[in-house]
Amino acid sequence: MTDAVVVEGLVKSFGATEVLRGIDLSVAAGEVVCVIGPSGSGKSTLLRCINLLETPSAGRICTLGVEITDPDCELDALRRRIGMVFQQFNLFGHLTVRRNLTVAQRRVLHRGRAEADRVATDALARVGLADKVDAYPAHLSGGQQQRVAIARALAMGPELMLFDEPTSALDPELVGEVLTVMRELAEGGMTMLVVTHEMAFARQVADRVVFMDGGVIVESGPPDEVLVAPREERTRAFLHRVLDPTGLTEAELEGG
Amino acid sequence: MTVAPGPPHRLTRRQRQRTTRIVQYGVFAAVVLLVVFTANWRDLQQGFFRPDVAASMFPGVIFPALVNTLLFTLGAFVFGLIVGTVLALMRLSSVRVYRWVATGYVELFRGLPVLVVLFAVGYGIPIAFPDRAIPGGVYGKMALGLGLTAAAYMAETIRAGIQAVPRGQLEAARTLGMSYTRAMVSIVIPQAFRIIIPPLTNEIILLTKDSSLAYVLGVTATNVEITKFASDVLNTRVNATPLVVAALAYLVITLPLSQLVRRLELRAARAR
Repeated sequence: MTDAVVVEGLVKSFGATEVLRGIDLSVAAGEVVCVIGPSGSGKSTLLRCINLLETPSAGRICTLGVEITDPDCELDALRRRIGMVFQQFNLFGHLTVRRNLTVAQRRVLHRGRAEADRVATDALARVGLADKVDAYPAHLSGGQQQRVAIARALAMGPELMLFDEPTSALDPELVGEVLTVMRELAEGGMTMLVVTHEMAFARQVADRVVFMDGGVIVESGPPDEVLVAPREERTRAFLHRVLDPTGLTEAELEGG
Repeated sequence: MTVAPGPPHRLTRRQRQRTTRIVQYGVFAAVVLLVVFTANWRDLQQGFFRPDVAASMFPGVIFPALVNTLLFTLGAFVFGLIVGTVLALMRLSSVRVYRWVATGYVELFRGLPVLVVLFAVGYGIPIAFPDRAIPGGVYGKMALGLGLTAAAYMAETIRAGIQAVPRGQLEAARTLGMSYTRAMVSIVIPQAFRIIIPPLTNEIILLTKDSSLAYVLGVTATNVEITKFASDVLNTRVNATPLVVAALAYLVITLPLSQLVRRLELRAARAR
């Protein structure tokens, strides 16, 4: 079985700023890979290169067996097979939840209304929002909006799901419902590439964790290695900052 | 101008506010009364409000005049909207030549008087293409002439509307496999138009009044619009009453339009 994603020598510059400086990464079919790293490390840019929302400056990317960096590849046809979930949800504000889920099915996959509605209902049930089918996105909580966004991607029957910090814009108490949906998706065998700051999620769900810093992959491996016993000093420093933001040790807390 | 009698600290804040308000109402009432009692109503009525002259204008001022004003306006608005949308997309295009053409068009037609454009459409095009007629006669020429100018204004409005739609909307649509065109048509442009409903209303109201320029195309009795109809009566009756009737006829168009737009905005706001 071919890998779902193969990235070779990926370089991306915005003007004079080199955001990605030579990335090599592959994701096997059915694998869940979490990408972690400090902000500005290029992890979102890497994700956005995989479905060509950003055009790489150099390097080669094969997604689902198609070389997406080939200027002649059928980009729209390939994107149908890749679901993407954004930090800001990006639901279509002028459409109801149902139409958010059916518009691409109807216009891109040319499914009939009845079939599109059925697929939409199924996808909404998977994220636990079957009762919100007639609501407008503005009337949903952030967590519900993000679950609708996941359902919208699922309604297209994707073979690969990209998540770009899906819980970073959520209030803390709403993070859990989105992560639960993602975990169920992972358990169902979906190939997933997740840029996240949720270390507990990465620890429990990821098959592999990739740590990026300064536009390169610093370290990659099973979560128990990268997150618990990192080899690299930079990974250790990052994890320390994330897991212990106040910088206080337990002894200091008790003493203070 | 506030007139607060007495030393500043003798009255409480509420008393001062009330006094000021009373003085303002008093001044306003005085001005109204002055106008009402000093104006020469009899002569004014003879000049501007003669019921017999007004009555003689019906039903002509409604049909065909008001109907034609509506048709000229709608034709120009629809044509301008289509051309304006295309121009807006060209201005946002990554193709430099498209951007140049659209910018040139907008700069040119924003600067030209509508009268000149109408004249060019009405008399220039028939000379340039003698074997082809503009479809729709005067209606087609008005739609084209007014629409070409309106398109230049609307292009800028529509471009601003498209740019006000968050970039993530286009990206989300593209990641679902929609082409750029499909994403614009189904996702971005509908949301852009919701944003620009108020300035587009302005445009259609301006067009309603610009439709009075139809006279340069040499209109006949069947396609006369409100202003031309009124000025013809003005000339035959030597009385200004037709102008008042014409003014009211324009309000009959624009006031319901404002109401309709307010409803549209409320509906759009609910989905936001």
